[in-house]
Amino acid sequence: MSAVAAPDDVLSVRGLNVTVRDTVLVADVDLTVGPGERVGLIGESGSGKSLTALSILGLLPDDVVADGSIRLAGVGPDLVGTDEKTLSRIRGRDLAMVFQEPMTALNPTMRIGDQIAEVMLIHQTRSGRAAARAAAAELLERVQLPPDLLRAYPHQLSGGQRQRVVLAIALANDPALLICDEPTTALDVTVQALVLDLIVSGVRERSSALLFITHDLAVVATVCDRVLVMYGGRVVESGPITTLFTTPRHRYTQGLLAASNLEPHDAPTASDFADGAYPDSGSGDVAPSSRTRSRRLTTIPGTVPAAGHFPSGCVFRNRCAHATDVCATTPPWTGTATHGYACHHPAGAQDA
Amino acid sequence: MILRLIERTAVLLVSLAVSSVLVFGFMAVLPGDPARVALGVNASDEAVAELRRQFGLDRPLPVQYVDWLGGLLRGDLGTSYVSKVAIGPQVFDRLQVTLILVVAGMIIALLLAAPAGTVMAARHRRLSGFALSALSQVGVAVPAFLAGILLIMVFAVKLGWLPANGWTPPAEDPGMFLRQLVLPALSLGLVQGAVLTRYVRSAVLDVLREDYLRTARAKGLRPFPALWRHGLRNAAVPVVTVLGLQLATLLIGAVVVERVFVIPGLGSLLLDGVSNRDLLLVQDVVMVLVVAVLLVNFLVDLLYVALDPRLRTGAR
Repeated sequence: MSAVAAPDDVLSVRGLNVTVRDTVLVADVDLTVGPGERVGLIGESGSGKSLTALSILGLLPDDVVADGSIRLAGVGPDLVGTDEKTLSRIRGRDLAMVFQEPMTALNPTMRIGDQIAEVMLIHQTRSGRAAARAAAAELLERVQLPPDLLRAYPHQLSGGQRQRVVLAIALANDPALLICDEPTTALDVTVQALVLDLIVSGVRERSSALLFITHDLAVVATVCDRVLVMYGGRVVESGPITTLFTTPRHRYTQGLLAASNLEPHDAPTASDFADGAYPDSGSGDVAPSSRTRSRRLTTIPGTVPAAGHFPSGCVFRNRCAHATDVCATTPPWTGTATHGYACHHPAGAQDA
Repeated sequence: MILRLIERTAVLLVSLAVSSVLVFGFMAVLPGDPARVALGVNASDEAVAELRRQFGLDRPLPVQYVDWLGGLLRGDLGTSYVSKVAIGPQVFDRLQVTLILVVAGMIIALLLAAPAGTVMAARHRRLSGFALSALSQVGVAVPAFLAGILLIMVFAVKLGWLPANGWTPPAEDPGMFLRQLVLPALSLGLVQGAVLTRYVRSAVLDVLREDYLRTARAKGLRPFPALWRHGLRNAAVPVVTVLGLQLATLLIGAVVVERVFVIPGLGSLLLDGVSNRDLLLVQDVVMVLVVAVLLVNFLVDLLYVALDPRLRTGAR
């Protein structure tokens, strides 16, 4: 894929590789996020989503190395290979992140208010402590938390409340790009919707761009405009959310959609989940309905290989029912930079 | 917070009461009559009886206990059966000497361990971290008295920079006091510092792996400021535990170093008491040590609460 970065893209990642010693974890990832755009990054665990996010932030673990090009609008140098001093001025100001695990993301020995105010004081986006504290109270209000939590410590808050504090910290300096890595995965189902809502309204108010990482297709469908599907450290398909969900081209995307019961004409309801997941719950039903009987849990055959053990060529070919000899060569990218796939035998093609 | 303070104080008082009974009871059930022990096997029965009466040893044990405890509370440790001198002033003199030495040693240990352990943790994959690690390993293996003898050989005998031994009270001659304090405090501090360094290292390593440190980096803090602002207080909790244990152990453990440097500390008073069969002196010194150890633990407990808001009751 030989796209030239559009000049107005907020984030443009080109040919990103992430390696640990000799093992390639992420290979040749291209990714752009336009202004105010909300882009999803989906895939199973181990597909390289989080590493891609940490590469953008420049916070990869010690032995893990990124190369390629990562550019952020309004920031001069390429983020890859830039010194720590420059990167630390960007982090928390132009580029912010919400992590997966809210229970451990906050410092247990520091008051909530100080933790929110700190990110504004580091970057001097408010004049002085008093202004930063006032701003912190306002931010808390925006994530629907009472301002008296400013004096609370993290252990006094629930997971959902803590994640909203983390979001308040991330949004404090109106970042150009917000990255969320599975922000609701560790949360109670009842608060997931609220947190998602706050993320979307938060980036909307600031016209920030959003890069949203998840393995949950339903979440991606409610949050994002456009989505990239990752597998084995590669982007295998990308496109606008509706197109990609209705007519997937890559066989992995197709499998992922089938496994998640997300067909738009047959949206699952709560009772579907209950029936489908626990058909023998002993509720005293005379017999399971024919519909329930026909709904088996669909899975993609096989398991995700360990890092570094993906096949050569198409990384999905050892789990793909359509794989042939040609799949031993890396499939070329078909389509445009923002809408395309990398598959030798795409779904919906004549020869498939 | 207040509740916790009351709770800890209550625990302290109960422990003090129980340990006073234990110390008194243990000395009381020891075989041998203290008066007989003090006067020697050749003393006449009349002389022994006279001494027993003089020191109130003929009274029932509970009365003796209450008498002893009452004295302790007033700061009166009684009179030695052997030397017939008041015990209190000796013990407090010696305690002061030992406290100065031990606290100076622990300050050196902490000043050494906090930066060294942090650097070792932050650079644990690099040569500098490894070298420091190996050095601290050697430090742990060296006993304090050997460090003392080596320090005397180098700085007192060879270089002649500092006195090899002796003790001058600070009020008498502050300059001499400091000069004589350096080597014994260093021999305690180097060895304890080596031990403490390893705990600081593992505490900081743990903190470096914490998610909140990554959050701090994501906020825009550079690695060292992130560790400083978000890591140190969290890492301090396990280190304070070890610090308290070391302090408690050293109050009596310093005796070896005190012997090497000819310092009149509490440990040597205890050993003198044991060899002179001065039972009341031994009983008093043991009680003073128990009080000191319990007080150190009490302070460590309070420090936990100050460091970690999760331990404050009523906060949840």
